[in-house]
Amino acid sequence: MHGQDTKSSLYGLMAEFEEAGALVAAAHRVREAGYEHVDAFTPVPIEELHEALDLHRNEVPLIALIGGITGCLVGFFLQYWISVIAYPINVGGRPFNSWPSFIPVTFELTILFAALTSAFGMLALNGLPMPYHPVFNVPGFERATTDRFFLCIEAKDEQFDRDGTRAFLESLHPREVTDVVP
Amino acid sequence: MPTEYSVPSDVQQITRRALPIGVVLLAACAVGGYFNPDQFFHSYLLAYIFVLNITLGCLALVMVQHLSGGNWGVMTRRLLEAGSRTIPLMAVLFIPVALGIHSLYVWSHPDVVASDINVREKAAYLNQTAFIVRAVVYFICWWAVAHFLNKWSLEQDRTGDPAVGRKLQRLSGGGLVLYGITMTFAVTDWLMSLQPHWYSTIFGMIFMAGQGLSGFSFVIAALWWLAKREPLKSLLSSRQLIDLGNLMLAFVILWTYTSFSQFLLIWVGNLPEEIVFYLPRFRHGWQAVGILLVLFHFAVPFLLLLHRSIKGKLARIGALAIALVAFRWLDIYWLVAPAEHVNLHLSWMDIAAPLALGGIWLATWARTLQGRPLLPLRDPQLAQALQYGHHASH
Repeated sequence: MHGQDTKSSLYGLMAEFEEAGALVAAAHRVREAGYEHVDAFTPVPIEELHEALDLHRNEVPLIALIGGITGCLVGFFLQYWISVIAYPINVGGRPFNSWPSFIPVTFELTILFAALTSAFGMLALNGLPMPYHPVFNVPGFERATTDRFFLCIEAKDEQFDRDGTRAFLESLHPREVTDVVP
Repeated sequence: MPTEYSVPSDVQQITRRALPIGVVLLAACAVGGYFNPDQFFHSYLLAYIFVLNITLGCLALVMVQHLSGGNWGVMTRRLLEAGSRTIPLMAVLFIPVALGIHSLYVWSHPDVVASDINVREKAAYLNQTAFIVRAVVYFICWWAVAHFLNKWSLEQDRTGDPAVGRKLQRLSGGGLVLYGITMTFAVTDWLMSLQPHWYSTIFGMIFMAGQGLSGFSFVIAALWWLAKREPLKSLLSSRQLIDLGNLMLAFVILWTYTSFSQFLLIWVGNLPEEIVFYLPRFRHGWQAVGILLVLFHFAVPFLLLLHRSIKGKLARIGALAIALVAFRWLDIYWLVAPAEHVNLHLSWMDIAAPLALGGIWLATWARTLQGRPLLPLRDPQLAQALQYGHHASH
Protein backbone atom coordinates (compact mmCIF):
# COMPACT_ATOMS: atom_id res chain seq x y z
CA MET A 1 0.00 0.00 0.00
CA HIS A 2 3.06 2.18 0.38
CA GLY A 3 3.30 2.62 -3.40
CA GLN A 4 -0.35 3.66 -3.57
CA ASP A 5 0.33 6.40 -1.02
CA THR A 6 3.22 7.95 -2.95
CA LYS A 7 1.16 7.80 -6.12
CA SER A 8 -1.74 9.76 -4.64
CA SER A 9 0.55 12.35 -3.05
CA LEU A 10 1.92 13.41 -6.44
CA TYR A 11 0.25 15.08 -9.41
CA GLY A 12 3.08 13.96 -11.65
CA LEU A 13 6.67 14.52 -12.71
CA MET A 14 7.81 17.55 -14.70
CA ALA A 15 10.88 17.58 -16.94
CA GLU A 16 12.32 20.92 -18.03
CA PHE A 17 14.09 21.38 -21.38
CA GLU A 18 16.02 24.29 -22.82
CA GLU A 19 15.20 23.70 -26.48
CA ALA A 20 12.04 22.97 -28.44
CA GLY A 21 13.82 20.23 -30.42
CA ALA A 22 14.80 18.38 -27.22
CA LEU A 23 11.22 18.58 -25.97
CA VAL A 24 9.80 17.20 -29.24
CA ALA A 25 12.34 14.35 -29.18
CA ALA A 26 11.48 13.61 -25.53
CA ALA A 27 7.75 13.69 -26.31
CA HIS A 28 8.26 11.05 -29.00
CA ARG A 29 10.18 8.84 -26.55
CA VAL A 30 7.56 9.24 -23.84
CA ARG A 31 4.79 8.20 -26.20
CA GLU A 32 6.87 5.29 -27.48
CA ALA A 33 7.33 4.16 -23.88
CA GLY A 34 3.53 3.90 -23.67
CA TYR A 35 2.63 6.83 -21.43
CA GLU A 36 -0.86 8.16 -22.13
CA HIS A 37 -1.41 11.00 -19.64
CA VAL A 38 1.26 13.39 -20.86
CA ASP A 39 1.14 17.14 -21.33
CA ALA A 40 3.62 19.74 -22.55
CA PHE A 41 4.00 23.44 -21.83
CA THR A 42 5.80 25.72 -24.27
CA PRO A 43 6.12 29.46 -24.87
CA VAL A 44 5.28 29.11 -28.59
CA PRO A 45 3.05 26.74 -30.55
CA ILE A 46 5.09 23.78 -31.86
CA GLU A 47 3.34 21.95 -34.66
CA GLU A 48 5.51 18.84 -34.35
CA LEU A 49 4.73 18.55 -30.65
CA HIS A 50 1.03 18.20 -31.42
CA GLU A 51 1.89 15.30 -33.68
CA ALA A 52 4.30 13.76 -31.16
CA LEU A 53 1.69 13.84 -28.37
CA ASP A 54 -1.25 13.14 -30.70
CA LEU A 55 -3.06 16.23 -29.41
CA HIS A 56 -4.99 17.01 -32.58
CA ARG A 57 -7.96 14.87 -31.74
CA ASN A 58 -10.56 16.76 -29.82
CA GLU A 59 -14.26 17.50 -30.09
CA VAL A 60 -14.02 21.24 -30.88
CA PRO A 61 -14.20 20.84 -34.71
CA LEU A 62 -17.31 18.66 -34.36
CA ILE A 63 -18.94 21.19 -32.01
CA ALA A 64 -18.08 24.02 -34.41
CA LEU A 65 -19.52 22.03 -37.33
CA ILE A 66 -22.78 21.42 -35.50
CA GLY A 67 -22.91 25.10 -34.50
CA GLY A 68 -22.22 26.17 -38.10
CA ILE A 69 -24.92 23.94 -39.57
CA THR A 70 -27.39 25.17 -36.94
CA GLY A 71 -26.50 28.80 -37.74
CA CYS A 72 -26.89 28.12 -41.46
CA LEU A 73 -30.38 26.64 -41.03
CA VAL A 74 -31.48 29.31 -38.53
CA GLY A 75 -30.19 32.09 -40.81
CA PHE A 76 -31.90 30.78 -43.89
CA PHE A 77 -35.25 29.83 -42.39
CA LEU A 78 -35.44 33.01 -40.34
CA GLN A 79 -35.51 34.95 -43.62
CA TYR A 80 -37.64 32.33 -45.37
CA TRP A 81 -40.26 32.44 -42.61
CA ILE A 82 -40.38 36.25 -42.64
CA SER A 83 -40.41 36.72 -46.41
CA VAL A 84 -42.57 33.78 -47.48
CA ILE A 85 -44.84 32.89 -44.53
CA ALA A 86 -45.19 35.67 -42.00
CA TYR A 87 -44.98 38.85 -44.04
CA PRO A 88 -44.77 38.27 -47.79
CA ILE A 89 -44.23 41.48 -49.80
CA ASN A 90 -44.01 41.69 -53.57
CA VAL A 91 -40.77 43.55 -54.31
CA GLY A 92 -40.62 44.41 -58.00
CA GLY A 93 -42.07 41.04 -58.96
CA ARG A 94 -39.26 39.03 -57.37
CA PRO A 95 -40.17 35.65 -55.89
CA PHE A 96 -40.95 35.63 -52.16
CA ASN A 97 -38.30 32.97 -51.71
CA SER A 98 -35.46 35.12 -53.14
CA TRP A 99 -32.81 32.70 -51.89
CA PRO A 100 -29.79 34.43 -53.50
CA SER A 101 -30.43 37.50 -51.36
CA PHE A 102 -30.76 35.31 -48.25
CA ILE A 103 -27.23 33.96 -48.65
CA PRO A 104 -25.26 36.83 -46.98
CA VAL A 105 -27.26 36.65 -43.73
CA THR A 106 -27.21 32.85 -43.84
CA PHE A 107 -23.45 32.96 -44.21
CA GLU A 108 -23.02 35.48 -41.38
CA LEU A 109 -25.11 33.42 -38.96
CA THR A 110 -23.20 30.27 -39.95
CA ILE A 111 -19.94 31.98 -38.98
CA LEU A 112 -21.41 33.52 -35.83
CA PHE A 113 -22.81 30.23 -34.50
CA ALA A 114 -19.66 28.30 -35.44
CA ALA A 115 -17.41 30.89 -33.77
CA LEU A 116 -19.46 31.07 -30.58
CA THR A 117 -19.88 27.30 -30.23
CA SER A 118 -16.19 26.67 -30.87
CA ALA A 119 -15.11 29.33 -28.35
CA PHE A 120 -17.48 28.16 -25.60
CA GLY A 121 -17.08 24.49 -26.56
CA MET A 122 -13.32 24.89 -26.17
CA LEU A 123 -13.81 26.45 -22.73
CA ALA A 124 -16.22 23.70 -21.69
CA LEU A 125 -13.86 20.94 -22.83
CA ASN A 126 -10.61 22.27 -21.35
CA GLY A 127 -12.15 23.40 -18.08
CA LEU A 128 -11.04 27.03 -18.30
CA PRO A 129 -11.16 29.32 -16.42
CA MET A 130 -9.24 27.26 -13.84
CA PRO A 131 -8.08 29.23 -10.78
CA TYR A 132 -5.72 26.51 -9.51
CA HIS A 133 -3.54 23.91 -11.19
CA PRO A 134 -0.73 21.85 -9.62
CA VAL A 135 1.81 22.47 -12.42
CA PHE A 136 2.23 26.03 -11.21
CA ASN A 137 3.80 24.63 -8.01
CA VAL A 138 6.90 23.62 -10.02
CA PRO A 139 9.70 26.12 -9.27
CA GLY A 140 10.56 28.21 -12.32
CA PHE A 141 7.46 27.05 -14.23
CA GLU A 142 6.69 30.67 -15.17
CA ARG A 143 9.50 30.37 -17.72
CA ALA A 144 7.12 28.21 -19.79
CA THR A 145 5.84 31.55 -21.05
CA THR A 146 9.26 32.84 -22.08
CA ASP A 147 12.12 30.46 -22.87
CA ARG A 148 11.72 27.00 -21.29
CA PHE A 149 9.95 23.87 -22.47
CA PHE A 150 8.23 21.52 -20.02
CA LEU A 151 6.93 17.97 -20.27
CA CYS A 152 4.73 16.47 -17.56
CA ILE A 153 3.84 12.80 -17.01
CA GLU A 154 0.83 12.63 -14.74
CA ALA A 155 0.63 10.25 -11.77
CA LYS A 156 -2.76 8.90 -12.91
CA ASP A 157 -1.04 7.23 -15.85
CA GLU A 158 -1.15 3.44 -15.47
CA GLN A 159 2.55 3.13 -16.14
CA PHE A 160 3.48 5.83 -13.66
CA ASP A 161 5.95 4.78 -11.02
CA ARG A 162 7.62 7.46 -8.94
CA ASP A 163 11.18 6.16 -9.21
CA GLY A 164 10.94 4.38 -12.53
CA THR A 165 9.32 7.28 -14.35
CA ARG A 166 11.79 9.72 -12.82
CA ALA A 167 14.70 7.58 -14.03
CA PHE A 168 13.12 7.38 -17.46
CA LEU A 169 12.70 11.16 -17.66
CA GLU A 170 16.28 11.68 -16.47
CA SER A 171 17.45 9.49 -19.36
CA LEU A 172 15.94 12.04 -21.82
CA HIS A 173 18.58 14.61 -20.76
CA PRO A 174 16.32 17.30 -19.34
CA ARG A 175 17.71 20.23 -17.42
CA GLU A 176 15.84 19.07 -14.34
CA VAL A 177 13.08 16.68 -13.22
CA THR A 178 10.75 17.98 -10.52
CA ASP A 179 7.91 16.44 -8.46
CA VAL A 180 4.60 18.14 -9.14
CA VAL A 181 2.82 18.48 -5.77
CA PRO A 182 -0.97 18.71 -5.97
CA MET B 1 22.91 19.16 -47.42
CA PRO B 2 23.96 21.55 -50.21
CA THR B 3 24.34 25.03 -48.79
CA GLU B 4 23.92 26.57 -52.26
CA TYR B 5 20.34 25.26 -52.41
CA SER B 6 20.71 24.70 -56.13
CA VAL B 7 17.70 23.73 -58.23
CA PRO B 8 17.53 19.95 -58.78
CA SER B 9 19.13 19.17 -62.14
CA ASP B 10 16.24 17.06 -63.43
CA VAL B 11 14.11 20.22 -63.61
CA GLN B 12 15.40 20.16 -67.21
CA GLN B 13 13.14 17.14 -67.68
CA ILE B 14 10.13 19.46 -67.27
CA THR B 15 11.36 21.72 -70.08
CA ARG B 16 12.25 18.77 -72.26
CA ARG B 17 8.81 17.18 -71.90
CA ALA B 18 6.54 20.23 -71.75
CA LEU B 19 8.01 22.19 -74.65
CA PRO B 20 7.41 19.62 -77.46
CA ILE B 21 3.86 18.98 -76.18
CA GLY B 22 3.16 22.70 -76.14
CA VAL B 23 4.60 23.37 -79.58
CA VAL B 24 2.86 20.40 -81.23
CA LEU B 25 -0.51 21.32 -79.70
CA LEU B 26 -0.08 24.97 -80.69
CA ALA B 27 0.68 23.88 -84.27
CA ALA B 28 -2.45 21.69 -84.21
CA CYS B 29 -4.48 24.68 -83.00
CA ALA B 30 -2.99 26.84 -85.76
CA VAL B 31 -4.20 24.27 -88.32
CA GLY B 32 -7.61 24.27 -86.61
CA GLY B 33 -7.55 28.05 -86.72
CA TYR B 34 -7.07 27.97 -90.48
CA PHE B 35 -10.44 26.21 -90.84
CA ASN B 36 -12.26 27.98 -87.99
CA PRO B 37 -10.57 31.28 -87.07
CA ASP B 38 -13.36 32.51 -84.77
CA GLN B 39 -13.18 29.38 -82.64
CA PHE B 40 -9.37 29.49 -82.66
CA PHE B 41 -9.21 33.06 -81.37
CA HIS B 42 -11.76 32.39 -78.60
CA SER B 43 -9.90 29.25 -77.53
CA TYR B 44 -6.63 31.11 -77.71
CA LEU B 45 -7.97 33.96 -75.56
CA LEU B 46 -9.16 31.36 -73.02
CA ALA B 47 -5.71 29.76 -73.05
CA TYR B 48 -3.94 33.09 -72.85
CA ILE B 49 -5.93 34.35 -69.85
CA PHE B 50 -5.53 30.95 -68.15
CA VAL B 51 -1.73 31.13 -68.36
CA LEU B 52 -1.58 34.87 -67.69
CA ASN B 53 -3.46 34.21 -64.42
CA ILE B 54 -0.61 32.03 -63.21
CA THR B 55 2.07 34.50 -64.38
CA LEU B 56 0.50 37.56 -62.78
CA GLY B 57 -0.55 35.53 -59.75
CA CYS B 58 3.15 34.78 -59.24
CA LEU B 59 4.04 38.48 -59.69
CA ALA B 60 1.40 39.61 -57.19
CA LEU B 61 2.35 36.98 -54.62
CA VAL B 62 6.05 37.93 -54.79
CA MET B 63 4.99 41.43 -53.76
CA VAL B 64 2.57 40.15 -51.10
CA GLN B 65 5.27 38.03 -49.47
CA HIS B 66 7.73 40.94 -49.47
CA LEU B 67 5.14 42.97 -47.56
CA SER B 68 3.76 40.29 -45.26
CA GLY B 69 6.86 38.20 -44.58
CA GLY B 70 6.29 34.64 -43.36
CA ASN B 71 8.00 31.31 -43.84
CA TRP B 72 5.74 30.35 -46.75
CA GLY B 73 7.11 33.34 -48.65
CA VAL B 74 10.75 32.41 -48.13
CA MET B 75 10.14 28.85 -49.31
CA THR B 76 8.20 29.85 -52.43
CA ARG B 77 9.81 33.16 -53.40
CA ARG B 78 12.13 31.80 -56.08
CA LEU B 79 9.32 29.78 -57.68
CA LEU B 80 7.13 32.90 -57.78
CA GLU B 81 9.96 35.08 -59.08
CA ALA B 82 10.62 32.62 -61.89
CA GLY B 83 6.92 32.89 -62.74
CA SER B 84 7.16 36.69 -62.86
CA ARG B 85 10.16 36.47 -65.22
CA THR B 86 7.92 34.89 -67.88
CA ILE B 87 6.13 38.22 -68.48
CA PRO B 88 8.12 38.91 -71.71
CA LEU B 89 6.90 35.53 -73.00
CA MET B 90 3.33 36.53 -72.14
CA ALA B 91 3.81 39.80 -74.05
CA VAL B 92 4.86 37.83 -77.16
CA LEU B 93 1.99 35.37 -76.73
CA PHE B 94 -0.42 38.33 -76.67
CA ILE B 95 0.22 38.98 -80.39
CA PRO B 96 -2.39 36.43 -81.59
CA VAL B 97 -5.00 38.06 -79.32
CA ALA B 98 -4.23 41.41 -80.93
CA LEU B 99 -4.47 39.81 -84.38
CA GLY B 100 -7.83 38.31 -83.44
CA ILE B 101 -9.52 41.53 -82.33
CA HIS B 102 -11.97 41.36 -85.21
CA SER B 103 -12.97 37.77 -84.43
CA LEU B 104 -13.20 38.33 -80.70
CA TYR B 105 -14.73 41.75 -80.13
CA VAL B 106 -17.87 43.03 -81.87
CA TRP B 107 -16.98 46.62 -80.95
CA SER B 108 -14.26 46.40 -83.62
CA HIS B 109 -16.90 45.99 -86.36
CA PRO B 110 -17.72 49.38 -88.00
CA ASP B 111 -21.32 48.31 -88.75
CA VAL B 112 -21.96 47.48 -85.08
CA VAL B 113 -20.49 50.83 -84.01
CA ALA B 114 -22.71 52.57 -86.58
CA SER B 115 -25.94 50.83 -85.55
CA ASP B 116 -25.48 50.43 -81.78
CA ILE B 117 -25.58 53.69 -79.81
CA ASN B 118 -24.30 51.97 -76.69
CA VAL B 119 -21.15 50.75 -78.44
CA ARG B 120 -20.78 54.04 -80.30
CA GLU B 121 -20.71 56.02 -77.04
CA LYS B 122 -17.95 53.72 -75.77
CA ALA B 123 -15.89 53.96 -78.96
CA ALA B 124 -13.47 56.49 -77.48
CA TYR B 125 -12.30 53.71 -75.15
CA LEU B 126 -13.18 50.58 -77.12
CA ASN B 127 -11.29 50.99 -80.39
CA GLN B 128 -8.45 48.97 -81.87
CA THR B 129 -5.68 51.56 -81.48
CA ALA B 130 -6.49 52.29 -77.83
CA PHE B 131 -6.79 48.54 -77.15
CA ILE B 132 -3.26 47.87 -78.47
CA VAL B 133 -1.72 50.94 -76.82
CA ARG B 134 -3.21 50.03 -73.44
CA ALA B 135 -1.97 46.45 -73.76
CA VAL B 136 1.56 47.75 -74.41
CA VAL B 137 1.30 49.96 -71.32
CA TYR B 138 0.15 47.01 -69.14
CA PHE B 139 3.06 44.87 -70.25
CA ILE B 140 5.58 47.66 -69.67
CA CYS B 141 4.22 48.19 -66.13
CA TRP B 142 4.22 44.47 -65.26
CA TRP B 143 7.61 43.84 -66.80
CA ALA B 144 9.18 46.87 -65.06
CA VAL B 145 7.92 45.78 -61.63
CA ALA B 146 8.98 42.17 -62.23
CA HIS B 147 12.38 43.27 -63.53
CA PHE B 148 13.30 45.23 -60.42
CA LEU B 149 11.84 42.65 -58.04
CA ASN B 150 14.09 40.04 -59.62
CA LYS B 151 17.14 42.27 -59.96
CA TRP B 152 17.09 43.40 -56.34
CA SER B 153 16.34 39.90 -55.11
CA LEU B 154 19.58 38.76 -56.76
CA GLU B 155 21.36 41.75 -55.23
CA GLN B 156 20.10 40.66 -51.82
CA ASP B 157 21.56 37.19 -52.44
CA ARG B 158 24.94 38.71 -53.20
CA THR B 159 25.26 41.43 -50.58
CA GLY B 160 22.75 40.64 -47.81
CA ASP B 161 22.35 44.40 -47.37
CA PRO B 162 19.20 45.16 -45.29
CA ALA B 163 18.63 48.27 -47.43
CA VAL B 164 17.86 45.99 -50.40
CA GLY B 165 15.08 44.32 -48.41
CA ARG B 166 13.53 47.70 -47.63
CA LYS B 167 13.82 48.69 -51.28
CA LEU B 168 11.97 45.50 -52.27
CA GLN B 169 9.22 46.25 -49.76
CA ARG B 170 8.71 49.79 -51.06
CA LEU B 171 8.58 48.56 -54.65
CA SER B 172 6.09 45.86 -53.63
CA GLY B 173 3.75 48.36 -51.98
CA GLY B 174 3.63 50.61 -55.03
CA GLY B 175 3.76 47.64 -57.38
CA LEU B 176 0.64 46.06 -55.90
CA VAL B 177 -1.30 49.30 -56.39
CA LEU B 178 -0.09 49.49 -59.98
CA TYR B 179 -0.96 45.81 -60.48
CA GLY B 180 -4.49 46.38 -59.13
CA ILE B 181 -5.13 49.28 -61.50
CA THR B 182 -3.58 47.78 -64.65
CA MET B 183 -5.19 44.37 -64.02
CA THR B 184 -8.65 45.94 -63.69
CA PHE B 185 -8.19 47.73 -67.01
CA ALA B 186 -6.69 44.64 -68.66
CA VAL B 187 -9.62 42.31 -67.86
CA THR B 188 -12.03 45.07 -68.83
CA ASP B 189 -10.34 45.25 -72.23
CA TRP B 190 -9.73 41.57 -72.82
CA LEU B 191 -12.75 39.86 -71.24
CA MET B 192 -15.49 42.26 -70.19
CA SER B 193 -15.56 43.89 -73.65
CA LEU B 194 -16.44 40.50 -75.21
CA GLN B 195 -19.97 41.72 -74.37
CA PRO B 196 -19.56 45.47 -74.87
CA HIS B 197 -22.92 46.37 -73.31
CA TRP B 198 -22.09 44.73 -70.01
CA TYR B 199 -20.18 46.25 -67.14
CA SER B 200 -19.30 45.16 -63.61
CA THR B 201 -17.09 47.20 -61.29
CA ILE B 202 -15.98 44.18 -59.24
CA PHE B 203 -14.82 42.20 -62.29
CA GLY B 204 -11.15 43.16 -61.85
CA MET B 205 -11.26 42.17 -58.18
CA ILE B 206 -12.72 38.75 -59.04
CA PHE B 207 -9.85 38.31 -61.42
CA MET B 208 -7.21 39.29 -58.90
CA ALA B 209 -8.67 36.80 -56.41
CA GLY B 210 -8.56 34.19 -59.17
CA GLN B 211 -4.96 35.08 -59.99
CA GLY B 212 -3.93 34.75 -56.36
CA LEU B 213 -5.56 31.33 -56.36
CA SER B 214 -3.87 30.38 -59.65
CA GLY B 215 -0.51 31.51 -58.23
CA PHE B 216 -0.84 29.51 -55.02
CA SER B 217 -2.19 26.44 -56.82
CA PHE B 218 0.70 26.47 -59.24
CA VAL B 219 3.32 26.98 -56.55
CA ILE B 220 1.95 24.18 -54.35
CA ALA B 221 1.85 21.86 -57.37
CA ALA B 222 5.46 22.85 -58.16
CA LEU B 223 6.48 22.19 -54.53
CA TRP B 224 4.95 18.73 -54.81
CA TRP B 225 7.43 17.98 -57.58
CA LEU B 226 10.39 19.81 -56.04
CA ALA B 227 9.98 18.42 -52.51
CA LYS B 228 10.52 14.90 -53.81
CA ARG B 229 14.09 16.01 -54.52
CA GLU B 230 16.88 17.66 -52.57
CA PRO B 231 17.33 20.32 -51.31
CA LEU B 232 13.66 20.98 -50.51
CA LYS B 233 13.05 17.35 -49.51
CA SER B 234 14.76 17.91 -46.16
CA LEU B 235 13.83 21.59 -45.78
CA LEU B 236 10.08 21.84 -46.34
CA SER B 237 8.01 21.32 -43.19
CA SER B 238 4.36 20.38 -42.82
CA ARG B 239 3.87 23.69 -41.02
CA GLN B 240 4.76 25.66 -44.16
CA LEU B 241 2.47 23.45 -46.23
CA ILE B 242 -0.39 24.15 -43.81
CA ASP B 243 0.32 27.91 -44.15
CA LEU B 244 0.20 27.62 -47.95
CA GLY B 245 -2.97 25.54 -47.75
CA ASN B 246 -4.60 28.17 -45.53
CA LEU B 247 -3.66 30.92 -47.97
CA MET B 248 -5.07 28.87 -50.86
CA LEU B 249 -8.27 28.46 -48.81
CA ALA B 250 -8.37 32.23 -48.26
CA PHE B 251 -8.21 32.83 -52.01
CA VAL B 252 -10.89 30.19 -52.69
CA ILE B 253 -13.11 32.13 -50.29
CA LEU B 254 -12.12 35.52 -51.75
CA TRP B 255 -12.91 34.36 -55.28
CA THR B 256 -16.28 33.04 -54.09
CA TYR B 257 -17.03 36.19 -52.13
CA THR B 258 -16.30 38.55 -55.02
CA SER B 259 -18.01 36.33 -57.62
CA PHE B 260 -21.11 36.01 -55.48
CA SER B 261 -21.13 39.76 -54.77
CA GLN B 262 -21.23 40.43 -58.50
CA PHE B 263 -23.99 37.88 -59.03
CA LEU B 264 -26.12 39.04 -56.09
CA LEU B 265 -26.01 42.74 -57.01
CA ILE B 266 -26.85 42.03 -60.64
CA TRP B 267 -29.61 39.57 -59.68
CA VAL B 268 -31.21 41.96 -57.18
CA GLY B 269 -30.82 45.03 -59.42
CA ASN B 270 -32.19 43.15 -62.46
CA LEU B 271 -31.15 45.94 -64.85
CA PRO B 272 -31.08 45.16 -68.60
CA GLU B 273 -27.49 46.34 -69.20
CA GLU B 274 -26.20 44.23 -66.29
CA ILE B 275 -28.12 40.97 -66.64
CA VAL B 276 -26.83 40.47 -70.20
CA PHE B 277 -23.86 38.72 -68.60
CA TYR B 278 -25.85 36.11 -66.67
CA LEU B 279 -28.82 35.52 -69.01
CA PRO B 280 -26.86 33.59 -71.67
CA ARG B 281 -24.92 31.75 -68.96
CA PHE B 282 -28.03 30.54 -67.11
CA ARG B 283 -29.60 28.73 -70.06
CA HIS B 284 -28.89 26.44 -73.03
CA GLY B 285 -26.69 24.14 -70.99
CA TRP B 286 -24.25 26.77 -69.73
CA GLN B 287 -25.88 26.66 -66.28
CA ALA B 288 -24.26 23.23 -65.83
CA VAL B 289 -20.84 24.92 -66.02
CA GLY B 290 -21.95 27.45 -63.42
CA ILE B 291 -23.08 24.67 -61.07
CA LEU B 292 -19.76 22.87 -61.56
CA LEU B 293 -17.96 26.08 -60.60
CA VAL B 294 -20.00 26.48 -57.41
CA LEU B 295 -19.30 22.87 -56.48
CA PHE B 296 -15.65 22.46 -57.48
CA HIS B 297 -14.27 25.99 -57.51
CA PHE B 298 -15.82 26.64 -54.09
CA ALA B 299 -17.67 23.99 -52.07
CA VAL B 300 -15.41 20.94 -52.42
CA PRO B 301 -12.01 22.71 -52.13
CA PHE B 302 -13.42 24.81 -49.27
CA LEU B 303 -14.46 21.75 -47.27
CA LEU B 304 -11.27 19.83 -48.08
CA LEU B 305 -8.98 22.73 -47.20
CA LEU B 306 -10.51 22.99 -43.73
CA HIS B 307 -8.80 19.71 -42.81
CA ARG B 308 -5.26 19.81 -41.47
CA SER B 309 -4.76 16.21 -42.59
CA ILE B 310 -5.13 17.38 -46.20
CA LYS B 311 -3.14 20.62 -45.92
CA GLY B 312 -0.19 18.99 -44.17
CA LYS B 313 0.36 16.13 -46.64
CA LEU B 314 2.18 17.12 -49.80
CA ALA B 315 0.55 14.52 -52.07
CA ARG B 316 -2.97 15.52 -50.99
CA ILE B 317 -2.58 19.30 -51.15
CA GLY B 318 -0.56 18.92 -54.37
CA ALA B 319 -3.33 16.94 -56.05
CA LEU B 320 -5.92 19.45 -54.85
CA ALA B 321 -3.77 22.32 -56.19
CA ILE B 322 -3.62 20.71 -59.64
CA ALA B 323 -7.41 20.22 -59.55
CA LEU B 324 -7.83 23.90 -58.71
CA VAL B 325 -5.63 24.90 -61.66
CA ALA B 326 -8.05 22.91 -63.82
CA PHE B 327 -11.05 24.66 -62.29
CA ARG B 328 -9.43 28.03 -62.88
CA TRP B 329 -9.58 26.95 -66.54
CA LEU B 330 -13.29 26.17 -66.18
CA ASP B 331 -13.94 29.61 -64.67
CA ILE B 332 -12.33 31.37 -67.65
CA TYR B 333 -14.07 29.01 -70.07
CA TRP B 334 -17.38 30.12 -68.52
CA LEU B 335 -16.39 33.75 -69.15
CA VAL B 336 -15.14 33.37 -72.73
CA ALA B 337 -17.04 30.58 -74.47
CA PRO B 338 -20.68 31.73 -73.93
CA ALA B 339 -19.76 35.01 -75.66
CA GLU B 340 -19.37 33.02 -78.87
CA HIS B 341 -21.79 30.10 -78.57
CA VAL B 342 -25.46 30.31 -77.59
CA ASN B 343 -25.63 26.60 -76.70
CA LEU B 344 -23.19 24.77 -74.46
CA HIS B 345 -20.22 24.06 -76.68
CA LEU B 346 -16.76 22.69 -75.99
CA SER B 347 -14.31 22.83 -78.87
CA TRP B 348 -11.25 20.57 -78.87
CA MET B 349 -9.23 23.77 -79.14
CA ASP B 350 -10.66 24.97 -75.79
CA ILE B 351 -8.62 22.16 -74.24
CA ALA B 352 -5.71 21.94 -76.68
CA ALA B 353 -4.86 25.66 -76.67
CA PRO B 354 -4.57 25.96 -72.84
CA LEU B 355 -2.42 22.82 -72.80
CA ALA B 356 -0.29 24.28 -75.62
CA LEU B 357 0.33 27.62 -73.94
CA GLY B 358 0.57 25.91 -70.55
CA GLY B 359 3.27 23.59 -71.88
CA ILE B 360 5.27 26.42 -73.42
CA TRP B 361 4.91 28.48 -70.26
CA LEU B 362 5.89 25.61 -67.95
CA ALA B 363 8.96 24.87 -70.06
CA THR B 364 9.99 28.53 -69.88
CA TRP B 365 9.33 28.66 -66.15
CA ALA B 366 11.43 25.57 -65.46
CA ARG B 367 14.25 26.97 -67.57
CA THR B 368 14.26 30.36 -65.87
CA LEU B 369 14.03 28.71 -62.43
CA GLN B 370 17.43 27.08 -62.99
CA GLY B 371 19.29 30.39 -63.20
CA ARG B 372 19.20 31.05 -59.45
CA PRO B 373 19.42 29.30 -56.08
CA LEU B 374 16.13 27.69 -55.04
CA LEU B 375 15.97 29.76 -51.85
CA PRO B 376 16.78 33.45 -51.23
CA LEU B 377 20.20 32.91 -49.64
CA ARG B 378 20.40 36.09 -47.58
CA ASP B 379 16.77 36.70 -46.79
CA PRO B 380 16.68 37.66 -43.09
CA GLN B 381 13.87 35.16 -42.52
CA LEU B 382 15.62 32.20 -44.16
CA ALA B 383 17.21 30.82 -40.97
CA GLN B 384 13.87 30.84 -39.18
CA ALA B 385 12.10 29.19 -42.11
CA LEU B 386 14.68 26.40 -42.26
CA GLN B 387 14.56 25.82 -38.51
CA TYR B 388 11.07 24.40 -38.95
CA GLY B 389 12.31 22.03 -41.60
CA HIS B 390 14.83 20.65 -39.14
CA HIS B 391 12.08 20.01 -36.62
CA ALA B 392 10.05 18.13 -39.17
CA SER B 393 12.99 15.87 -39.99
CA HIS B 394 13.45 14.81 -36.34
